[in-house]
This record gives sequence, C-alpha cells and structure tokens, in this order.
Amino acid sequence: MTSTRIDARFAALAAEGRPALVTFVTAGDPDPDTSLALVKALPAAGADVIELGMPFSDPMADGPAIQAAGLRALKAGQTLAKTLALVRAFREGDDTTPLVLMGYYNPIYNYGVERFVAEAKESGVDGLIVVDLPPEEDEELCLPALRGGLNFVRLATPTTDEKRLPAVLANTSGFVYYVSVNGITGTAAPDTARVAEAVGRIKRHTALPVAVGFGVRTAEQAAAIGENADGVVVGSAIVAAIAGSLDAEDRATERTLSAVTSLVTALARGVREARRDAAA
Amino acid sequence: MTAPTLPNSFRTGPDGQGHFGLYGGRFVAETLMPLILDLEAAWTAAKEDPAYREELASLSTHYAGRPSKLYLAEGLTKHLGGAKIYFKREDLNHTGSHKINNCLGQILLARRMGKTRIIAETGAGQHGVATATVAARFGFPAVVYMGATDVERQKPNVFRMRLLGAEVKPVTSGSGTLKDAMNEALRDWVTNVESTYYLIGTAAGPHPYPEMVRDLQSVIGREAREQMIEREGRLPDAVLACVGGGSNAIGTFHAFLDDPSVAIYGIEAGGHGLDGAEHCASLNAGRPGVLHGNRTYLLQDADGQILEGHSISAGLDYPGVGPEHSWLRDTGRVKYVPVLDDEALEAFQLTTKLEGIIPALESAHAIAQAMKLAPQMGKDETMIVCLSGRGDKDVHTVAKLMGMEI
Repeated sequence: MTSTRIDARFAALAAEGRPALVTFVTAGDPDPDTSLALVKALPAAGADVIELGMPFSDPMADGPAIQAAGLRALKAGQTLAKTLALVRAFREGDDTTPLVLMGYYNPIYNYGVERFVAEAKESGVDGLIVVDLPPEEDEELCLPALRGGLNFVRLATPTTDEKRLPAVLANTSGFVYYVSVNGITGTAAPDTARVAEAVGRIKRHTALPVAVGFGVRTAEQAAAIGENADGVVVGSAIVAAIAGSLDAEDRATERTLSAVTSLVTALARGVREARRDAAA
Repeated sequence: MTAPTLPNSFRTGPDGQGHFGLYGGRFVAETLMPLILDLEAAWTAAKEDPAYREELASLSTHYAGRPSKLYLAEGLTKHLGGAKIYFKREDLNHTGSHKINNCLGQILLARRMGKTRIIAETGAGQHGVATATVAARFGFPAVVYMGATDVERQKPNVFRMRLLGAEVKPVTSGSGTLKDAMNEALRDWVTNVESTYYLIGTAAGPHPYPEMVRDLQSVIGREAREQMIEREGRLPDAVLACVGGGSNAIGTFHAFLDDPSVAIYGIEAGGHGLDGAEHCASLNAGRPGVLHGNRTYLLQDADGQILEGHSISAGLDYPGVGPEHSWLRDTGRVKYVPVLDDEALEAFQLTTKLEGIIPALESAHAIAQAMKLAPQMGKDETMIVCLSGRGDKDVHTVAKLMGMEI
C-alpha cells in the first residue's frame, strides 16, 4: 500500500494529540471559480483534510443542504472532468493537505473506472469515498483504486454490527468514516456517548484512524466528538453557510468566502480544544 | 458491447450476488446493506415455507381475485384483421392493476420480519394504492412518496391512498416524478432502518428486490401460459407488455422465456420520439449505469447525470429499468420497442370503443404495439397482451389531451 497524504496527516496529528478537522464542500458550488477559491482557503482556515463532493443528480444518501449544493454545481456546469481539474488547480499551491473525493458511483462508472483512477491520482487526489459501493461491490472501484495508489475510505454505520465490521474494514484504507446516525447527511445531531462507544468498537478491529461525520455542525459538537475520534467531518453546515451567502439567483457574493472561512476557523478551534478540555 | 453467450435457460438468474449478467447487484449505502442481507434471507426462507405460500395463494384468490382472466379481444382482432389478440386482464385485480400481486407477497414478508411501518414510492399511483390497500388490510401505517408532478396528474389515486389511511408525501426535489420519489423513499429507509419495510413496486432496486418482485409477479405469465394452452391448444406466438420499471413485463415474460417459438416484446415509453429528450426509453436510448441500487440501462447525460424522462403515462416515467430486462435486451431474447404518446393515446381510445375496456395509459402502450404487429401476423396466430391496469385513473389526463373539461 502506497502511503498517501492522508496517512501522513493523520500520523502527524496523532503525534500532536488532536483530531483532524475534515471539511466537505461540493465541487463547483456555487460556480467553478468560487469553488476553487473556497477549497484553496480551507487549509489556512484550519481544515486538516478536504472532502470534495462530486455532484450527482440523485444523491440518495444526502439531506437537503448537500442535495441543493449538488444541484447548484450541476446548474453551473460542473462535471467530473471539471472536478479533477479543480483538484489539479488546488495542488498547484498545496502539496500537503489530503484531499478525498466523495460521491456516487454512476458518474465514475460512466467516466470509466481505470481512466478515473489514473486521472484522479495524477490530479493529486488521495482517496475516494463512494457512498453506494458497499464491500459486496469491491471489484467495481475499491480494488482498482487501491491498485492505483488511492485510499478507499469506507463508511461504517450504526447498522454495521460486529459480524459485518471485518468485511467493511477489509479493503478500507486512509481512515474509516463512521456515520454517526442512521440517516442522511445534515439532519439529526449525533449522541456523543453512543458515538464514543462506536468509535471504540471500530478501533478494536482496526489500527486506521476513525473520523466521525453526519450531523456535526458546531465547534462544541466537534470538540465533544473529537475527544474520542481521530477526525471530525463537517459538511452540511459548511454547505449551508455557502447557501446562506448567495444572492437571490444563487450567485456568490463578497460574503461567500468569509462565511466559510469563519465557520471553519471556529470548527478548527473546536477540534484543537477537544482533548485539552478532556485532559483538564 | 459484445453479445453475451446465450445461456441454456433464461430463467435461472440472478446469481448469488444478484447479478443478471452485467446487471443488478447491490449498490447501496452501508447503512442499508445489513437490512438488504436480512431481507434476502427472509425472502429465501419465506418462499420455501408452505405456510407463507398458502397464505399468499389464499389472499391472491379471495382478496385479489386471481386467477385473472385471459380475454379474447374480438373487436380489436377483427378491426386489425390479423393475429388473435388476447388480453391478460390484470386490470380486473383488486385495486385495478397487477401491483397487488407484489404488494401481497411483500406485506406478508414485512409481517414475518417483524417490521412495523411500510414505505413505498409510486409513479402513476397504482403501486401506491396497492401498498396503501395491503397496509390497511394488515394494519400497518404506510407512507407513500410520490413526485409532486405525479400528485397533480394522478389526483384520484392520491385520494384513494389517503382514504386507505396512507400518508402521501409529495416530493419536490428533481422534477418531481418517480425517480425522485424513489430517492426520497431511500432517504426515509436509511433514517428508519430498524422499523421500516421498503415495499418497492417494480422489479428494480438492489438485490433481492428484482428477483423477489419478479417471482411475485410471474404468476401473470404462469397463468396466461396455462390459459392459452387450454384455450388454443398451444403456446401464443407473441407476448407483449409495457415496460417502465418493468414488473408487469417481467411477470408476464418469465414463464415464456424458454419457449423459443414465442416472440416477446417489451414496450417502452417513446414519448414524443427518441430523437429528442422527451421520452423514457432507457433500453432503446440509454446506456448502462448505476442507480437506485442496481446496474441497468439508464437515461443519462455525457457526465453520468441521470436525465428526467417524459411519458404521457406516469407509470412509465422512470429513467431506469429492472436489471433483468437489461440482460434480456443484451441477450436478444426480448425485443424492446418504443411506442409514442400519440400511439398510446390512439390505442387507449380504440380499446375503449371496440372492447368496452378502458386500459391504463401504461397498458395502452402495449396495445399500440399489438396494433402494429397483429396485421403483419396470420389469422391463425395468437398474441397475449398484458393489460396491466385499468384506465379510470387516466381519464383526467386523456380529457385534457383531447381538449375537454371534466
């Protein structure tokens, strides 16, 4: 297994003794130029890992905020090829922040799996999260991605029981993404105690870092989850901040960039305080 | 794409992973995966359980009204002057379509699995009504997701569902049709996994749904095959059914797949024609992709984004199709052809006038193809058209198209 920027970043943060802040934005939302500016601004605002959504017309696992972001991006002409171009442009100025593409399988299948894996690697992508590819379908993309030097980050959920967990973890690399609630992105808030228990359960089965997402919105939640998790994922809240900054025609305004960076800065403070509070 | 090697039998699929050749599979979020494995185990056990089979058979007879009749459409046959046209009268079933066959089988399964809440998606509302009906009969709360566009054009069915005690949730995301309703049902399911049974209405979705829905619908073809042999002393020369998701079609076709003398036609919604974007002919104008848990032919753009289809008939308005149909298309066993909105409308009116039967607009697509084929066939030849549902629900749509106020 090739070591990626993801492995390096989680190792460095473990040494530092704090969880990673993983931030999600949808590629091309609200337009290609603004989207690139947003992605470029994330590391300085405190994001440790970037998840970049590949918009899809039928995002079955996403709540209203990320659905709307995907539709805005598609309306502004986003395609998978443009998403890879965005990653290339980002990499011109940043060779260390890990970047994970997240989305659904059909646009990738349509693009061609081998071509996609090769171009993603060459563009500077480190890992993939593909919501509708469970371990039962590993031969589709997971195994080609691993062979191509990309991490394949799998979702584990509250319904993933002890019996199933080893299968879920078998070909997972980079980190494990624990989905904190049964449901879609950005709706229910996770129960911190139950999440901590689940993270402990996963860690008994794997040495990989465990990041927790779905429903985390505030710095306080991020701090609480980050006490036990190796990473905290925030998506819908950031995407909602973008939406809230747009004009009536869904165009970016001068507030768009600062709406995102100020939220990410607050979240970054949250994860940095996670274990300081716990130790105190 | 190279044609797959022809199998010895067309009736053995899917394999253990839910594949019909390249198609099918289990492309779902991890949250749903354990549930789908449970469902597969429960279905495998149920279909071998004599108690389950007996209860389903009894309900099919006494509640749904099976077997449905095989009716010789003499007026239409005479008018067209060719092959004898038989209708398999699924429109006479309780609730007015073939959908009840599947719903009875699945509600008994939901009860066996200890589920306490039913959800479903619906396009024309036929599946929604059938789901609301069995939920009422067995005392389950039911939520039916229906595209907002469809809620508008299928008002009588919406009211029927509400009368039956189901909650109808209009879906406004996307273009507010069947695929969007299915997305929303999947979002509900992933949120309420433990309590909820997702009663999918068509032979699509993740394994085991395509197989299970086919098995429950294949009573149509089994009966029709026997009835035809009894009536004519031999097999039909052709079998026709409309294809949206394709549940009445696979149910009709399955018994005939290994009868090489029987030509099989699946009729897709050609809308305003395949040259433009206003159609729903995924097998004729789409290409393979992954949506709603399975790989199958899909209407999609160059980037792999799913396109909104169009059909005069809400029940055919789905940009995908059941995976077994995709495989039957590639193997060449079934010929899939498009029928235009106007042709379906003409068949709707002609059948009403000549047979005294108002067919669903979905079924009218199959009849329109029969109108093309029958004159090319001999008078000694026969065909079976699956009359999948009755057309009462469509009278508002048809009146509007004919420029009438009702």
